[in-house]
Amino acid sequence: MASQADAHAATFSAAELEFLAEDELIEIVPNMRMDPLNLICGDFGPFRPQIATQVPVWLAVALKRRGKCTIRPPDWMSVEKLTQVLEAERDAEKFQPLPFHYVEISRLLFDHARDDIPDIYMVRSLIEDIKDVRFHKIGTGLEIISRERTYALRLKNLSAMEANIVRPFVTRALQTFYKLSSPDMIQDSDSVSNRQPQTANRGPRRQLKDR
Amino acid sequence: METGAQDGSSGYSTMDDYESLISTTDAELLKRAWQNEKAAPQILRFEAALIQRSREQIKLMEETVGEFTRNGIDPLTVSLYQMDLDRTIFLLRSYLRTRLQKIEKYVFHIQKTAELWNRLSRQEKRFAERCIEDMEKHLDQSVLSKLPSSYKSHLKQSSSSEEDDMVPEPRLDTYVICRSKRFLGAFQLDDSAEEPVNIEADDLYALPYKSIKPLVETGQIDLV
Repeated sequence: MASQADAHAATFSAAELEFLAEDELIEIVPNMRMDPLNLICGDFGPFRPQIATQVPVWLAVALKRRGKCTIRPPDWMSVEKLTQVLEAERDAEKFQPLPFHYVEISRLLFDHARDDIPDIYMVRSLIEDIKDVRFHKIGTGLEIISRERTYALRLKNLSAMEANIVRPFVTRALQTFYKLSSPDMIQDSDSVSNRQPQTANRGPRRQLKDR
Repeated sequence: METGAQDGSSGYSTMDDYESLISTTDAELLKRAWQNEKAAPQILRFEAALIQRSREQIKLMEETVGEFTRNGIDPLTVSLYQMDLDRTIFLLRSYLRTRLQKIEKYVFHIQKTAELWNRLSRQEKRFAERCIEDMEKHLDQSVLSKLPSSYKSHLKQSSSSEEDDMVPEPRLDTYVICRSKRFLGAFQLDDSAEEPVNIEADDLYALPYKSIKPLVETGQIDLV
């Protein structure tokens, strides 16, 4: 059969991920008056000076760029919360819960709303550190799937950006293992001795690797 | 008000399901359809009703923006409406484009698999037919007509092939990253007599597409 080269590498571009993240809601404080907006993606407003309201990030950024509001950074983007997360991330093997789009949202806010983020340098460096620790964990986690045959992987608390970056490797690796351990392959090689670990390791192999 | 938040920490009674179903906007549904279509190796069912509604909403909004501009509504408001419109149009176009790419890639396979052929919209079927015509003609003119007679088929390698082995097929054992809306206990990963596993709601998993194919098609699992 003519096999098709798998063109599914990084399925979503970084820009597309940002696009998805931009629909998340965030709080703004307008400095002007505007009637409610009845958009396709939802209804927002009315906008009154000094009265906080929730809008999607893309709308917040658009208003901010025209000087029509200030953006209130989300709760998780404070120095305290991030320090807690960083420490927990360093101590535990598992991934700490973080907003799914934390990478994209923090990047958007850094780019467009620096003056609205208190201690921005601290916040930025904390997020960088958190990202690094998590990527390192992903690396060590990936070694596990190469040591034991893995059928499925649980990626608990992984964020959108991280999942997207890891996707090409993880999917190819798991697919290859799947192919190599399929029963047809093993039956074909009759001459190969029957000490396939398959029957012995029934138990542990079924576990979804929790990372 | 749109349900943008991604954290699903609520319990999963049927009442919650119903509520989340009626409160999911078309914009959300379009986004989901787009994500699923991009990530799935195979072409999924065409969301005819959703696309129709989205088209209508877009048309309505375009007219509204036109009116606004004519009535001298302030440019800020107009530009915000336009942005929202652009975002929706992007989703719609990308959804359709992704499908067309898949059709082009696997057009012979789709043509001969009734289940897949029925997933195409009317216009996509016309596109596929023209694609097939062009491909057949091209292959014939540039290569096949010059080969000995038992090798002339564009579907089989030679007339002694039992199957259509020149037809590329999407690989259903591709792994995808996905998330389930509900807890799925005792989920059987594949047909071999392996033990089933538990799938927690709202956690990401990397699974072979063919294990979750029916759940994706009924909307219980989303691809990411």
